[in-house]
Amino acid sequence: MSKRLDAMSNWIDARFPMTSTWKAHLTEYYAPKNFNFWYYFGSLAMLVLVNQLLTGIFLTMNYKPDASLAFASVEYIMRDVEFGWLIRYMHSTGASMFFVVVYLHMFRGMMYGSYRKPRELLWLIGMGIFFVLMMLAFTGYILPWGQMSYWGAQVIVSMIGAIPVIGQSLSNWILGDFMLSDAALNRFFAYHVVTLPVLLVTLVFVHIVALHEVGSNNPDGIEIKANKDPVTHIPVDGIPFHPYYTVKDIFGVVVFLIVFCGIIFFMPEMGGYFLEYNNFIPANTLQTPDHIAPVWYFTPYYSMLRAVTVNFLWVDAKIWGIVLMGGSVAIFALLPWLDRSPVKSIRYKGPYFKIALTLFVISVFVLGWLGTKSPTPLYTLLAQIFTVIYFAFFVLMPWYSKIDKTKTEPTRVKE
Amino acid sequence: MAYMDKKKEMNSRRRFLITATSIAGGIASAAVATPFVLSMMPSERAKAAGAPVEVDISKLEPGMLLLVEWRGKVVWILDRTPEMLANLKKLEEQLADPKSEKDQQPQYAQNETRSIKPEILVVEGVCTHLGCSPVYRKDIAPADLGADWLGGFFCPCHGSKFDLAGRVYKHVPAPTNLVVPPHMYLSDNLLLVGSDSKESA
Repeated sequence: MSKRLDAMSNWIDARFPMTSTWKAHLTEYYAPKNFNFWYYFGSLAMLVLVNQLLTGIFLTMNYKPDASLAFASVEYIMRDVEFGWLIRYMHSTGASMFFVVVYLHMFRGMMYGSYRKPRELLWLIGMGIFFVLMMLAFTGYILPWGQMSYWGAQVIVSMIGAIPVIGQSLSNWILGDFMLSDAALNRFFAYHVVTLPVLLVTLVFVHIVALHEVGSNNPDGIEIKANKDPVTHIPVDGIPFHPYYTVKDIFGVVVFLIVFCGIIFFMPEMGGYFLEYNNFIPANTLQTPDHIAPVWYFTPYYSMLRAVTVNFLWVDAKIWGIVLMGGSVAIFALLPWLDRSPVKSIRYKGPYFKIALTLFVISVFVLGWLGTKSPTPLYTLLAQIFTVIYFAFFVLMPWYSKIDKTKTEPTRVKE
Repeated sequence: MAYMDKKKEMNSRRRFLITATSIAGGIASAAVATPFVLSMMPSERAKAAGAPVEVDISKLEPGMLLLVEWRGKVVWILDRTPEMLANLKKLEEQLADPKSEKDQQPQYAQNETRSIKPEILVVEGVCTHLGCSPVYRKDIAPADLGADWLGGFFCPCHGSKFDLAGRVYKHVPAPTNLVVPPHMYLSDNLLLVGSDSKESA
């Protein structure tokens, strides 16, 4: 029997690099042996991606991308399609959990300096994934054509219209109409189920190719490739990804699925944070809901958008708000060049970086919370203060990371 | 290294052919992309859907707001009471453009009340910030909007404030006054929204 199998794999290997690929990326891909809790989220993001692709295909079988039918077709999925409710809740919960794991994955990179040389491009590809993910979340949220779908999209689309000179024509081109309507819903559906998923899967593939070229970083932020066994040329601090990390990741998957199922079965709306109550009302183009807020994963950026209330340098406050919002996402891409610290990991960085990162995390949470609230003068002031802190983390980094009092990195990873 | 060697041997003839092929290919790609890009512009059907609407305002009572749809947008028609009109003047210091100098209205509405008939306000109910529809708040000095609120429109999305002539307050996200659409009276109680000349209507 095993002779048969060997013969078969030999036959394939002569025609396709099966065994060599398996080895290069799994059994002979050497990852640092000191991965901790924070290293679960890359593989969990892959799991959620598969969940979104699978459940998404089944949702398209019953969903209708038509402004007059969309809302009812989603309710049809929820009430009349066998297990439609489960598939939809898996998809909607998956959307939020995608952002949970991706935010934690990014935070891991920020803590351990995973964006530093030689992983700058890996980080940038990741930023591309993050951007596509946000586009997917935005286009997906429009599809049920409820009140929040409509008015949320209205706000984003108006931003395009605010671009000087070309804004209005660009907005007409994107919407396929002079206002947000059926034409836009139909094409956003096309982006959501074809264009963006293809882009996302491609970028994830490229992300992993880049990762396996440079090798994984680790909590100590030192290069395991710098210390290889002289005979085998295997990093002395490396262990094969399979079986060591596949087993570890399966444990992470089990814990994640417990949480995931808990949400799906007991609180799929998550108190209005995963699925907003106003979105259970069909879109009404004549009336904005009294309280409008984006889904939780966009609230920090939304807070920054409305934090700007004064005109500055002959440019309207409105444009500055949009610039700030875009900048708050784009600025992550500059991290590899803003960090001038001699060490990568937070373990060996000094107090300045630790304080800055703590303040940054606090500002993200405060801005996120403010984004769910109605604007009042006090909240607007708070949003302004924390927007400054958010940007200071990045803008001041070249200075504070340079003068910070760092510890010496070890030569080997810690057990 | 192999690449560099090849580069050395590349003669001008080969270079010319590569350039010519690239240019021809680029033009062909642009030509093929054109129909796809243009297919995303508003269709003929969408272009045809912008006709003006007639509104009968005979049943409109003082203080009442009427919502009309024109080109997929909300148009508000508000019959302002004498107190409301008197309050407009008191607010001028708090407004960004009290004299309606920015081009947000037809000339016949560039006056103190931003309207043809002083009491009837016709304005697009679309916030000039990011397109939400503000809420009509005629209550005086409510808890959430402060003691100096004399009635107006409040945008729930980002907190922009407008007075009862659609004029924007200072220090709010919205940059300009609400837009007054082209409109005219066909008779005393019959309003045409979307056009201000009988020929184009």
